[in-house]
Amino acid sequence: MGPLVKMGEIAAGWDFVIAFIIGIFFGIVMEQAGFSSSKKITGWIYGYDFTVIRVFFTAAIVAMIGLVFMQYLGWINFGELFINPSYIWSILLGGALMGAGFAIGGFCPGTSIAAAAIGKIDAMVFVLGIMIGVFIFAEGFPIWDDLYTAANHGPLLITDLLGISKGVWTFIFILIAFATFWGTAALRKKYAHKELDYNN
Amino acid sequence: MEKMKYMNPYLAGFFLGLVLLAAFYFSAEGLGGSGAPKRLVVGAVEAVAPNHAYNNEFYNSYTQNGERNPLSNWVVVQVVGLLAGGFLSGTFSGRLKLVTEHSPKITAKRRLYMALIGGILFGIGSQFGRGCTSGAALSGMAVFSAAGYLTLIAIFGTAFIVGKFVKKLWI
Repeated sequence: MGPLVKMGEIAAGWDFVIAFIIGIFFGIVMEQAGFSSSKKITGWIYGYDFTVIRVFFTAAIVAMIGLVFMQYLGWINFGELFINPSYIWSILLGGALMGAGFAIGGFCPGTSIAAAAIGKIDAMVFVLGIMIGVFIFAEGFPIWDDLYTAANHGPLLITDLLGISKGVWTFIFILIAFATFWGTAALRKKYAHKELDYNN
Repeated sequence: MEKMKYMNPYLAGFFLGLVLLAAFYFSAEGLGGSGAPKRLVVGAVEAVAPNHAYNNEFYNSYTQNGERNPLSNWVVVQVVGLLAGGFLSGTFSGRLKLVTEHSPKITAKRRLYMALIGGILFGIGSQFGRGCTSGAALSGMAVFSAAGYLTLIAIFGTAFIVGKFVKKLWI
């Protein structure tokens, strides 16, 4: 039963080997999807390219359906998975800063690393920026320590919050995603002319 | 070498979902991009000023007064793989090129300044958010975490609004 390393079915020493292999596939998929270009990544904001939303929502659906079935078949112990805790204010502030960084910088951390790997200088500078940002956060940590740990609701699940099963939420999310896919296809037709020729 | 087209986004999303599922199945971890740069910073600060790192609660949570190597971590190894995977993919598809990609409406220099500012904002934001678009939003959504969905809405909602003010950077 998974997670294999945590459940002791694979020796702990393999954890880093697995991390490396998974990282390689992560990088290949992101680069092949076009996430190594900030032009493609920011396209959804202006309506000329919805790759980010399509890839992102499809990946979430596949992983959710997979986890629901794996739990049903007894292949995975859901309770052992890492559930990120709901520190409401910290998430909202962090999300807003990240959203601004997304629109201004044209990458997020994972995509910038994939883009830096193929030689995008703007991505390398973005990665440098991330490290400067972490340094600023860490040095100022005593100032925002309280905010960082305020309103913690722990590893709250959306299914518990709404009082529905994982299967039902997956179904609802699939409907939301399909409506979004349909909407983006319509918008893409309207705004496709806005795409400019970049120097890549 | 002729540049190849990008993969169909739904197919890429399907594969990304499988990679994410594999990460959970083997290691209970989701995918992440911001964990490695964070730990590099922690490691560098510890190397230069160990006492400073041990006296700061944030750094110390990763170093444990020098008892733990902040770089010996799943997400760090995963990002090394990510670099290798991106490079392999770029080589295979003929996209390896040292270039500053920018809109014809702005100069390369301006693009680099904006990339730096965006990176800094993401660096700070990913600490408050306890993860980035991959680590907090996508991985969180897959495990039905309420935090994952809140992060998604906060990132994409703000990006959409801010995007309206920085339109000239892109189109």
